[in-house]
Amino acid sequence: MAIFNTKNIIETIEMIKTHHLDIRTVTLSLSLRDCADPDYKVCADKIYNKILSYSKNLSKFADELEDEFSIPIVNKRIAATPISLVGESCSEKNYIYLAQTLDRVAQEVNVDFIGGFSALVEKGCTVGDRAFLECIPEALATTKRVCSSVNLATSKAGINMLGVLKMGEIIKEAANLTADADGLGAAKLVCFCNSVTDNPFMAGAYCGVNEPECALNIGVSGPGVVCAAIKDLPKTADLGEVANIIKKTAFKITTTGELIGRELAKRLDIPFGVIDLSLAPTPEVGDSVAEIFQAMGLEQAGAHGTTCALAMLNDAVKKGGVMASSYVGGLSGAFIPVSEDNQMIQAAKSGALTIDKLEAMTSVCSVGLDMIAIPGDTSAKTISAIIADEMAIGMINKKTTAVRIIPVPNKKVGDLAVFGGLLGECPIMPVHNLNSDVFIERSGRVPAPIHSLNN
Amino acid sequence: MEKEAQKIIITITGADKIGIVAKITQVLADCEANIEDIRQSIMQGHFIMMMLCDISKSKKSFKEIKEILSEAASSLEMEIWVQRKEIFDKMHTI
Repeated sequence: MAIFNTKNIIETIEMIKTHHLDIRTVTLSLSLRDCADPDYKVCADKIYNKILSYSKNLSKFADELEDEFSIPIVNKRIAATPISLVGESCSEKNYIYLAQTLDRVAQEVNVDFIGGFSALVEKGCTVGDRAFLECIPEALATTKRVCSSVNLATSKAGINMLGVLKMGEIIKEAANLTADADGLGAAKLVCFCNSVTDNPFMAGAYCGVNEPECALNIGVSGPGVVCAAIKDLPKTADLGEVANIIKKTAFKITTTGELIGRELAKRLDIPFGVIDLSLAPTPEVGDSVAEIFQAMGLEQAGAHGTTCALAMLNDAVKKGGVMASSYVGGLSGAFIPVSEDNQMIQAAKSGALTIDKLEAMTSVCSVGLDMIAIPGDTSAKTISAIIADEMAIGMINKKTTAVRIIPVPNKKVGDLAVFGGLLGECPIMPVHNLNSDVFIERSGRVPAPIHSLNN
Repeated sequence: MEKEAQKIIITITGADKIGIVAKITQVLADCEANIEDIRQSIMQGHFIMMMLCDISKSKKSFKEIKEILSEAASSLEMEIWVQRKEIFDKMHTI
């Protein structure tokens, strides 16, 4: 007689149906290192054919599993080797053509996003990197599904401040070229410190040079499930109990993700990579990380105590996830994207949540300043300064931090930017008007911190 | 597919009425699915039934069986969930 527990069955169905438990993404990580060629058209053909042959069944098999387990798989994605590396040996550096090739194949195999239009320039740029960075705005404006990321700093190398300076301008241009869509181009572009090579989440997913030929990485989510579990606790439950219930819930979410991941990897006949347990919100009601803070006892995200609540949440999620899978990787923790989280949006609208508070929160969350809309007339150097602050937090604390910020063309504080779909909408948030130009123009490289010398 | 992969859990909920069990079990018999366990209760007129079935002897695929069951449930105006059993095993055991 098989085990048959009605309580478990009801709980599982409730998690999926009422609390939005889902597999956020199944991401095929694929090395394109063997696609380099002196002729950019040949290089593009190799890229197209390789991605097609590995991922032609990704979407179909994912749909099958969604049906068999009745758990939604929200996105199918591909993470490729940074194109700055693959395209560097082309004699004519036509990175935009390569981006359009990625977009074409992504559409052909019916995936939602393809990541890897990326560069790793934490210590400085090669000739190819420099040409590549210039191409990012146009590449994002002329493609739909391509996502771009640039690693500007690590705890070992320090911060490439010339890169930070450049990225301020690139983000502005990416937004301006997509002005009719509220600067959507900048929403598909992220700057990293300590970027993660097996991250399945966008816009930062890419297949690191140290990754195997291919692997299937899974991103699971479920802020609604965690929130519901905390709400079930009495208001007098101490924070140890709260942390414990988060761990238990994270465990359940992770095992589900691992089951789907292993099954899908088996069907695709490729190795299972990692599971990334990140509480990633969506704009839907009841799928919010900020609502978890409220369940913990804060009036709204942004209240004093938010950073502490987030730190505990982030840590408990990791601990629960680690118990559930041998291969937890990626970013794993809690995301705080403003435009993608219903309650974050409310907190930003009411003025309770500011960029300064968000910056503090990024020192304890799994990533960084994410999906924040700022006035379109913010200067490139101010954006660079925001990036520099965030890179410093990551570098000193040996964690991943990121900036995905959108200077929305022709909009000012109080207006609403609408990106649509999972990217949601966001009120334009104020930035400081103080001038940081001289500091940013100094350029150069911020030396790696003393604790990088740990050999 | 190995044997374990052929176990499914069916959950049916909705307003209680005559003939729910009869219809669903008939559909399963037609599909040559073997019912290994049934739990059923009624709470304030709300019917809930869970079944553990083995579909390894069925000539129909999981997808076909799910479609036939979904049709039967919608004719009864009931909500139905048909899922492979592993999801419950994994989620709730260390």
